[in-house]
Amino acid sequence: MINCEKASTICNKKQYKEATFLEQIQLGFHLLYCKTCAAFSKKNKKLTILCDKANLHNLSEQEKEKMKVTIEHNS
Amino acid sequence: MVSTSINMTKNQLNPTSWVDQYADYLFNYAVARVSDAEIAKDLVQETFLAGLKSAKNFQGAATERTWLIAILKRKVIDYYRKINSKKGKAEVRINYSSQSDSAGDWLEENVADPFSTLENDQIENAELGQAIQECISKLPKKQSAVFVMKTIRGLSTEDICNELGINPSNLWVMVHRARTNLMGCLNENWFKL
Repeated sequence: MINCEKASTICNKKQYKEATFLEQIQLGFHLLYCKTCAAFSKKNKKLTILCDKANLHNLSEQEKEKMKVTIEHNS
Repeated sequence: MVSTSINMTKNQLNPTSWVDQYADYLFNYAVARVSDAEIAKDLVQETFLAGLKSAKNFQGAATERTWLIAILKRKVIDYYRKINSKKGKAEVRINYSSQSDSAGDWLEENVADPFSTLENDQIENAELGQAIQECISKLPKKQSAVFVMKTIRGLSTEDICNELGINPSNLWVMVHRARTNLMGCLNENWFKL
């Protein structure tokens, strides 16, 4: 038996494929009787799908630093 | 009374924080439109420089971000104008196979399928990307840093912990908070119909 806090952590780990097999079984069992966590889990999964679909990009820290330097030189 | 309150909330430019605040947002906007990370990066850089140059023309009517996006929009248009003006590139070529058995119905085949929603997907995804990026920018700094490293840059838990000097359970708490905040934000801004 796990509590809700543990369940949400496992659920978050699962979004990044970092939950162990045992944890996934624990979570699955918890979701059977906990409606709140089941709803959270569903929404969490949806967020992961959205993030994948949006194909997000970010600049790395080095690139940002470079930009900052250029801005400073020009201001 | 009204005019003073407008003056109080007049937007101001703060170039030193531009990169931290808007670089990712602008970068996503550009990537969605030129579909090349290198070019997008250059466009963002050019946008910042152009913003600096014309900072004195900033009226304060729009927010900083709206103003920068407007500049970036021009930069994207300029980019397409430039590559299109190269000789021969502006030519539209329809590659149609010369097989004689399909010679009759080329027009029908080139007409857009009114029932296809495939081309909407891309537009929708670009907008979704911006909505997510906007929500991320509203997160507290630490949460957004962890979320971006984990989700967008796909770094491993260990690497992030080393870089930020936190322990894994700390990291998962941060991820949890970021994700719940994002769900709430996207619920408001994306699913609102």
